[in-house]
Amino acid sequence: MYLTKEEERMLDGEEGYAAKKSMEILVALGDIYGAEKLISVGSVQVAGVSYHNLGDAGLEFLNALARDGKVKVLTTLNPAGMDLEDWKKLGISEEFAEKQNLVIDAFRKMGIIISCTCTPYLIGSLPTYGEHIAWSESSAVTFANSVIGAKTNREGGPSALAAAFVGKTPSYGLHLEENRVPDAHVDVRVNLKKLSDWGALGYCIGKKVGNKIPYITGVKDADLDELKSFCASVVTYGSKPLFFMKGITPGSEKHQLPKEKIIIKDRDIKEAYESINDDVDAIDFVCIGCPHCSIKEVAEVARLLKNRRVSSKTEFWVATSRLVKQLADKRGYTEIIENAGGKFACDTCMAVAPLKGRFRSVATTSAKGCYYSRHNDMKTKLGSLEECIEAAVRGKWS
Amino acid sequence: MYRGCGERKMELKGRIISKGVAEGEALTTSQPISFYGGVDPDTGVVIEKGHELEGKKVKGKMLVFPNGKGSTVGSYTLYRMKKNDTAPAGIINEECETVVAVGAIISEIPCIDKIDISKIETGDIVRLEDDTVRIRK
Repeated sequence: MYLTKEEERMLDGEEGYAAKKSMEILVALGDIYGAEKLISVGSVQVAGVSYHNLGDAGLEFLNALARDGKVKVLTTLNPAGMDLEDWKKLGISEEFAEKQNLVIDAFRKMGIIISCTCTPYLIGSLPTYGEHIAWSESSAVTFANSVIGAKTNREGGPSALAAAFVGKTPSYGLHLEENRVPDAHVDVRVNLKKLSDWGALGYCIGKKVGNKIPYITGVKDADLDELKSFCASVVTYGSKPLFFMKGITPGSEKHQLPKEKIIIKDRDIKEAYESINDDVDAIDFVCIGCPHCSIKEVAEVARLLKNRRVSSKTEFWVATSRLVKQLADKRGYTEIIENAGGKFACDTCMAVAPLKGRFRSVATTSAKGCYYSRHNDMKTKLGSLEECIEAAVRGKWS
Repeated sequence: MYRGCGERKMELKGRIISKGVAEGEALTTSQPISFYGGVDPDTGVVIEKGHELEGKKVKGKMLVFPNGKGSTVGSYTLYRMKKNDTAPAGIINEECETVVAVGAIISEIPCIDKIDISKIETGDIVRLEDDTVRIRK
């Protein structure tokens, strides 16, 4: 890979340890994938924030980088393992909180914005069409590539940090137009009625296309929350973090319909629900916000919970970014939800909080949330927001 | 082969992923390895159900496998293993992917790829020095 004089200097350690380690990572990736050079990125989003996944060794690694590492571009963080301001109410242990705060301190020292959200595009890190970025969180990567038309590979935590310290990433994979060509035509012959249907559709398409780029036809319209949910699901269940949706996402007009054709029918969606849903009735955990809730979703939750009461047998979380929660505070939604016995889980989510062993079953609007909850040994129910709120109030699904 | 007629030696060249020198006994598998969820970072034991190496300790071994797979958190798992002193001494791949590459670099575990791993059997003594693998049978 070609390196500029300045990049060579960083690789030789003349700009310190963090820059040197970062260049080693970027050069290795560039060589493996045959990149010709490094390209500048407009923003970075770093995953690998929860102490649950990092452990003490990960913390040590971050501390070593934080000694002299400073990010060169707008850099945001993925969710942490807890609400950073009010972790006690979420049942997080003192020990975990202490370690999680050390992780956050290291990121803060690097100059990273402590956004702790999987939806950076909702809180001010919004790339533009065609812009090169280096993001990690798979749902955000898919949203940026597909809905916005920015260009990013799916970075791991360390490679995203490396991109942030250098302000560049190797030019390979989804940064190159030739690798952004759809190779599976997916015709959706389904009437999508509720938000969870989008997760179920993502499940079907992800499973069927495997490691391909789908070109999706037959979807008439889609709003932000629906696309956000679809992005999370399609990449969790299999596809590359890029799709085209005719008439909805940018760039689809440039491409021809791929020859390989897959048809999605009502039966496929029904089967998706059947395989995501477990045989369980008692629900002790309900979580809305995977990916993190938009303000519109929080407003919906508040509308449905108004003058109602979450069952004493059930824990109810609204997972969102702190900025969206601040909007919710001002609009009065927070008060309604908390008065009903619900809790805000800011800065964290059902996929990265240390939840193993705490709950037996979860109801959620998110197909991705179901996937990660099974890793935490929970039985899962995927349903509409109305169904999930009912489950929270009644403590059971049916 | 007769015992005592001398050991067989072989030398292979590959591509440096993470520079360095390492030597040890080979632990070889033809299956990809996921470090996150597939290897216990506290013990260095492979825990993936049904894996050829399930129950085997990778600590101090020259770990030989075709490529990595699975979550990108695996890079941090390798780093944890290095710090816990449960990491392999070196890594030899057919085709290294990002999770293992980044993990090896940040953990400073010597790593090489573009090697015909069918030439290396479990129990061989393997020395990895930058772009060269020396095998003693």
